[in-house]
Amino acid sequence: MRTVTAYPTLLRIGFASAVAYRTEMLVWMLTMTMPFVSLALWSAVAADMPVGRFDQKAFTAYFLATIVVRQLSGSWVVWELIQEIKSGALSSRLLKPIHPLVVYSADNLAAIPLRALFAAPLALFGIASGGAAVPHQPHLVAAFLLSLFGAWIITFFVMVIVGSLTFFMESSTSIFDIWLAFFMLLSGYLVPLELFPSWVRSVADVLPFRYTLGFPVEILIGMSSDADIVRGLAIQYAYGGGAAALALLLWRTGVRRFGAFGG
Amino acid sequence: MRRYLKLLALQLRMSIALGAQYRWDSLTQGALSLVWTVLGLVPLYVALHRRPAVAGWTYEQALVVVGWFTVLKGVLDGAVNPSLILVVEHIRKGTLDFVLMKPADAQFLVSTARFEPWRAIDLVAGTAILVWAFHLLGSPPSAAAIALSVLLLLLAVAVLYSLWIMVVAAAFWVVRLDNLSYLMSSLFDFGRWPVSIFKGPVRFFFTFVVPIALMTTYPAEALLGRLAPGSAWVGIAGALIFALGGRFVFTHAIGRYTSASS
Repeated sequence: MRTVTAYPTLLRIGFASAVAYRTEMLVWMLTMTMPFVSLALWSAVAADMPVGRFDQKAFTAYFLATIVVRQLSGSWVVWELIQEIKSGALSSRLLKPIHPLVVYSADNLAAIPLRALFAAPLALFGIASGGAAVPHQPHLVAAFLLSLFGAWIITFFVMVIVGSLTFFMESSTSIFDIWLAFFMLLSGYLVPLELFPSWVRSVADVLPFRYTLGFPVEILIGMSSDADIVRGLAIQYAYGGGAAALALLLWRTGVRRFGAFGG
Repeated sequence: MRRYLKLLALQLRMSIALGAQYRWDSLTQGALSLVWTVLGLVPLYVALHRRPAVAGWTYEQALVVVGWFTVLKGVLDGAVNPSLILVVEHIRKGTLDFVLMKPADAQFLVSTARFEPWRAIDLVAGTAILVWAFHLLGSPPSAAAIALSVLLLLLAVAVLYSLWIMVVAAAFWVVRLDNLSYLMSSLFDFGRWPVSIFKGPVRFFFTFVVPIALMTTYPAEALLGRLAPGSAWVGIAGALIFALGGRFVFTHAIGRYTSASS
């Protein structure tokens, strides 16, 4: 109950600190240029003839949408968690009468409005360039927002899982790098999943990576059918719930082992 | 001069010792950079393999660019970036004083402070990609082409280093700049494709402002034996301009350093 009443305040604090470090955040957001690197390649490829369903405009819309979705569903809790566990700074969070994960989640969610402000020009440009059939039917908009939140849940709790591994082992950063490598390949970040051979696509369909990026992107640019969306949302929230449960379990066992090194 | 070579050897030895101390970490880092290299090849493979040439580049020819890109990335992550990230740290903490007091050139000292020897694996991977590309092309490059290509690569390293030292110099004015080096690294990522696939202002930017054309496309073209005759001279001139500019900006910037205590 106390958590519920405290949450709006936590969000306000998170928003204020996001505003305070806005330049830093902008530079961090500018480092996400990878979709532009991919876009340059693919629009050169599609200049002469379309690739599958994708022509040049569709590629532009797709990669701009990946940036927008990644900005709006992103999280950085894993770095914070690893650093605080190693330095012992976590102990001061544990003393507070509120679950640290709740505070982290508020921090991360509160940055989203500011990120949206940065992402908005890209989204507008994407729409203006005319490549995307951006859905405006209410049920599709709702589905997109749901999928965006689902993507955030998976990203956040996977980060908590990897971060919590720091309680048990040294090199959890490398584990997150491995997750990132799979993410790049199988989420549709580097290459739209449709362009892979069909067996890769069916593997990507059952793994969680697609549901952290590619799935919302496909809804946003109007490339998925209603049946796909329903099935996708079901899988996405199943992964989200699973990740959350595992994260809480690992967190609980981990905190018991936590010795607050030097903190 | 001999003194500086000895100093360089010493700094290198210390970095290797440091790497050997955390050997498990070094090994995973090395393995991971290999994974990233392979991942970087995926879009190229999906986009170009067994398809018509794009902007004048076939899959095999574009592989040559990726090969040089991987080699340069190894140099960047192994020899340039680690030291320069350290400089930003020094400036923030005010410990740069200790470096400046030493009786050797400050720019030399800060740029050789740290190496990450395991990044050499990228050099091996890049060379392997080059060999593979020429195996696919079916004809090995001529000796002259290799010599010209290596020369252009050395120039590319000079440009790369000068660009980074200018970025670091900016840290004397604005302290919180450690993420700017990440920004530069992500800009450098554009160098994995031939510059001719970019259009308009983007191409201008990557030819003259952040000259990734000079860094990866020219050496690749030289190796393929299709470098336009004037380009080598453009490369040499560009490298000179950047090197002098880097030195100038750094020496001026260091004059503005006020240390943390004052």
